[in-house]
Amino acid sequence: MKDISERDQLVIETCLLAGKIMIENGSEMSRVTDTIDRISKNAHVEQARSYVTLTGIIMSAGPKVGSQVIAIERRGFDLEKISVVNDYSRKYGAGLITLHQFYNRLKHINEHVKTFPFWMQVFGAALVSGPLEIVFRGNLIDFWITCLIGIVGYIAYYAIDKYLNVQFISEFIAALLIGIFSILSVWFNLGTNIDDIIIGSIMPLVPGVPITNAVRDVLSGNLVSGPARGIEALMSACALGIGVAVAIKLL
Amino acid sequence: MMKLILNLICVYLGTIGFGIIVNVPKRSLNASGIVGSLAWLVYYLYFISFGGYVGGSLLGTFTIGVLGMVAAHREKMPVIIFNTPALVPLVPGGQAYQVMRNLAQGNNEMAKFYLLQVVFIAGAIAAGFLIAELFNQLLYKFIKRMGKIKSN
Repeated sequence: MKDISERDQLVIETCLLAGKIMIENGSEMSRVTDTIDRISKNAHVEQARSYVTLTGIIMSAGPKVGSQVIAIERRGFDLEKISVVNDYSRKYGAGLITLHQFYNRLKHINEHVKTFPFWMQVFGAALVSGPLEIVFRGNLIDFWITCLIGIVGYIAYYAIDKYLNVQFISEFIAALLIGIFSILSVWFNLGTNIDDIIIGSIMPLVPGVPITNAVRDVLSGNLVSGPARGIEALMSACALGIGVAVAIKLL
Repeated sequence: MMKLILNLICVYLGTIGFGIIVNVPKRSLNASGIVGSLAWLVYYLYFISFGGYVGGSLLGTFTIGVLGMVAAHREKMPVIIFNTPALVPLVPGGQAYQVMRNLAQGNNEMAKFYLLQVVFIAGAIAAGFLIAELFNQLLYKFIKRMGKIKSN
């Protein structure tokens, strides 16, 4: 009897950890619920019930086992981790790994998942800013300076985010720097159009994807997580917008 | 024509760049770039032939949803890996910026004008994804049924 409840406890822990990793790294809610359901079904815990929100997951596995809560404090984007959790879940479903292995791998997911090196991410930021400036505005002259200022903004965001745990402040300061540098670059004849440069170089920071995720969560009936995510996205959009607006007002 | 090709290359690069920032698996970068470029092409073709952002955004995101599903089935990875970077070229970043800029300069009328555009485009993007999801489910059911008939 004790054996069964211990195993159920492990199933709950595994489900919660998988769900936490997925939400922390930018998955939509329906996918998280789906994964948790699948894991508990594959583990033959028939009475498993879960309640998933953006800031925490509650899960129980029948009357004999205590239910568990996990809180989610930080949300960002790391799609490879979602893919890896998905992979493990598939493998567990196919019987290739045991529950213990599954749980241990989830616990050490940071060691298994390779992130792109920092210079590569900076290069990615340049790729987002310059080319998208051309797509949106068609201004070929300002391509290079947009790439450069996009890099500056992304590095500022990254550095401040590392030492300060408030996302909105790092977004605000990054947007402020982008605005100031764009205006200065036009003053010193390095660029021609302030608007084009700002629009391009702010693209790596724009929360377009969280906004869309929020609308999708609401449309799929998740009335708690959708609006919460929407507020989060709106706050970062406001932080970016106010940063740029302050730069325009100042100079 | 030259301009279109240049823009397509830029969309491809931008999509890959965003993919790197959000750390998608390396082997899916190319596929998400292609999905992004095709979706933007649909958006652009609608835009030059009919005009209007909303319809273009809707069709563009519909394309992302359907192609993302195809790519996800082929590579056996979650759909979100292909959808997230591919969406970036369709995000109304320019208009959102104009809202803030006009607010800062006191042009409330222009700010309202751009804000409405942002809201409509965001709605169109969400609706596009929703329709794509519906389409995918119908297609999945259809394929399943066809398989059953064949095995009978």
